[in-house]
Formats: sequence, C-alpha cells, structure tokens
Amino acid sequence: MSEALPRPADDAAEELPEYPLPRSARCPLAPAPAVRELRARHPVTKVRIWNGSTPWLVTRHADQRALLPDPRVSDDDLDPGFPHVNAHRAMIAPVTPRLITNTDAPEHTRLRRTVNGPFLVKRIERMRAPVQRIVDDLIDTMLAGPRPVDLLTAFALPVPSLVIAELLGVPYEDHDFFQRSSSLVLDGAAAPEEARRVSGELAAYLDDLIKRKTDDPGEDVLSEMAGRVRDGEMSHTEAVHMGVAMLIAGHETTATMIGLGTLALFEHPDQLALLRETDDPKLIANAVDELLRYLTIVQTGVRRVAKEDIEIGSVVVRKGEGIVFDLHAANWDPEAFPEAERLDLTRPARTHQAFGHGPHQCLGQNLARLELQVAYGTLYRRIPTLRAAAPIEDLSFDRTGTTYGVHSLPVTW
Amino acid sequence: MTTTRVELDEPKCVASGQCVLAAPEVFDQRDDDGVAVLLEEYPGEELLHDARAAEAVCPAAAIRLVER
Repeated sequence: MSEALPRPADDAAEELPEYPLPRSARCPLAPAPAVRELRARHPVTKVRIWNGSTPWLVTRHADQRALLPDPRVSDDDLDPGFPHVNAHRAMIAPVTPRLITNTDAPEHTRLRRTVNGPFLVKRIERMRAPVQRIVDDLIDTMLAGPRPVDLLTAFALPVPSLVIAELLGVPYEDHDFFQRSSSLVLDGAAAPEEARRVSGELAAYLDDLIKRKTDDPGEDVLSEMAGRVRDGEMSHTEAVHMGVAMLIAGHETTATMIGLGTLALFEHPDQLALLRETDDPKLIANAVDELLRYLTIVQTGVRRVAKEDIEIGSVVVRKGEGIVFDLHAANWDPEAFPEAERLDLTRPARTHQAFGHGPHQCLGQNLARLELQVAYGTLYRRIPTLRAAAPIEDLSFDRTGTTYGVHSLPVTW
Repeated sequence: MTTTRVELDEPKCVASGQCVLAAPEVFDQRDDDGVAVLLEEYPGEELLHDARAAEAVCPAAAIRLVER
C-alpha cells in the first residue's frame, strides 16, 4: 500500500474555523476578531460546529436581513441538516413539542399570535410604572446596604425576576420564593440536581397558579392563558410550558444586558455621563438600542436550515444545508453602522439585530427594552458616583452559554 | 409629484409591534393578537420618515413603501 490514501470527502473541512469563534481576552466586549475578519473577506463561508458538521456562517448585516425573513430559511430543528447549538439541544429536539421556537409559517404565525397578546406595545407600556417602582425599590435597598456590592445579585438579576412576576401575575407574597427559585434555576454554577428540583417546584407552582387564575382571573398573563385553556385554544400543559419559557427567556438575558451594559458604560465614561445627566426618553431609548447593538449578548448564533437552494452573492447554499447567523458580526458591520466599534449612544441604532431578525425575532423584545430603559435611565442618575470596584481584567465572563455576560460586577459609589 | 403608499402584507405579520414603535401614527396593533393595523395608507410628508423607519425595522419584511 504505497499509494497515498484517498482524500476523505470532508478533508477540506479540516481547515474550517471552529464556530463559535473565541473572543479576544484583551477586548472582552468586542466580537471575536476572527468573525470580523470572515465578515470582511468571506461573508458567507463554511464553518465547523461541535458535531463536526459544516454549516454556512453568514456575517454581513445586509445578508442576514435578507435571509432571516426568507421562507426558504427554516427553523425546523427536526431537519437532518439543522445545525444544533449543542448536543443537549440536538437530543431534545425530537421530543420537544412544536412551539414558536421550532416551526415555520404558517404554523409559526398562528402559534405566535396566540402568545403575543401580553407583549403588545400598549400593554408593555402600561408596565412602565410598576417596572419603575421595582427598580427604585432595589436601588433604595442597595443604597442602604454595604459596598462594594455585586451589581448582578443586588440589581441586575432581581429586576427581570420581579418584572416577570408582575407580568405573569405572581402574588406579592410569593415574590421572594419566585425570585429565589428562578435565580437558582438559571445559575450556571448551581448543582444540576438542585436546579432540577427547584425547576420542578417552579413548574408545579405555575401549574397551581394557573388553576387558581382559572377560577379567579386578574389582569395578568397567567389569567389570560387560563382563559385560553378554558376556551380550548391551548392546553393546560402548554400554558405551564409557556409560563416557564417566559420566565427563563426573559430573565438571564435582561440581567446580562444590565450587567454588561453597566460595564460597557464604565469603560466609556463620556457615554455614561450622557445617561447620568438626561431624563430624555428618546435619548434613553436610543441608548438602549445602541447598547444592545454594541454588546449583542447572544453568542451562539441564530441557527437555521435551507429548505431549497439559495443563492447568496457568489455562493449557493444547497437544500438541507445548515446556516448560522452571527448577530454580533452583523451588528458591528461597518456597512450598516459606520465606526461600528465605537459605542455612541446617540447614533441611529434601531436596525440592529441583537434580538435576531425575521419572524422569530425575540417575542419579549418590547418588555426587554422597557426594563433596560428604566434600569439604565434610573441607576446612574440616582447613584451618580456609581463605579467599578474591580478592574475589568479581574472579571470573569461566560464564554460558553447562549448569552455572553459577566459573572459578577462589583460596584461601589 | 409622487405619492407614497404603504403596503402591509398581513399574513406575514408576526405582531412584533416594531412598526408601532417606529411610526405610531401610521400603524397600530390589533388588541387580541397584536397583528399590525394600517392607520395611514398614504402617509403625508410629515409621517414619511417614520413610515420608512417602520419598513426598516419590520422583522418579517411585511411592510413595503411604494412610490408612484
């Protein structure tokens, strides 16, 4: 056997970059340098993911904007070519009911419209006063306590937890239980069996609460879902599932943005000063979108599969091939945002894709925006001397989860 | 003089409400499911900027401004 071995079919894949690509330790707030490089040189290119498969990676803002709403680009995670985020997701896909997170139009459109009511713009706007009260109370407690303090535990995590409790209609006397359990379920450092036990308790709690709201409805989301269960529009199990999903989807993401956003502002004192000195709702709203753009905390990319051949520039994505959309790369695309690497709270930032793009764009984005507007718009104004109590080099970041965030953020004033 | 007409492709709408945030005088949302409602099919000069912003932020590509 002196002949050279035949080249394996996927030999070329040996050279492909492994996705997700690592960030630079020196610039912990910037996208991975390699992903920016790919965007400039190979905006649609193959990468290798955890299971050895080689989906396409799309990094330009304009390409993502065109493809994510395209009906040929599918969210069907049962398709053999679907590029799952990790082994766990690949494993649970076949046993997961069809939800807004894994269906395409027209089924997706129908499902999404049944859960969308609570997130209507005018209904979210009615949450502003309760969110303000939650934020003010937490700041009062923080100011009365010791310093330095971890901003994540004292402020960033309780804000979304209490807001979701309010939205779902969790009675006030259960807020402590709700906040403690939801924090534990989401704490990556918690023991898995403990997290599983508490997660079971939470589901049981929501299950019982939905039953109580069926008999005694209020003006909240669980009461509304209880009504839909009664009218046969959704099953009781689906309602519990949706309640838990809203809790999980809305908690860590918002907390992460409060923590990482504050860190980014500490690193840009002139921008922090803008927020500290304003009560202009337009500027605050724009600042929220710019921080969402700049930080783009979803770090695993949006995953899809092609249902037909799709031409993108000089590349043809074949039917059945996976596609990964790196949102941070698109949000730092200089063609969409000039000087994208600059944090500028006054720039037009509204077309960022931090919440994704296409029909699956984040269901809770309007609530997230409201929470961040109140949090950023209040915290620095009420504590004008708020500052980091540890250098950025000493902080540890979550580099492996779905969202990129700082584990703890010691602050003082 | 050209007139700009707003086209809303309702079956595509995923009720994200982004058009309402961008152009509250051109779009509203249906109360029960949040699907977009077109308030001004022919937005005048003063609303055109907002209407274009709504077209730009619609995640479902359900809004189109047509000049004629």
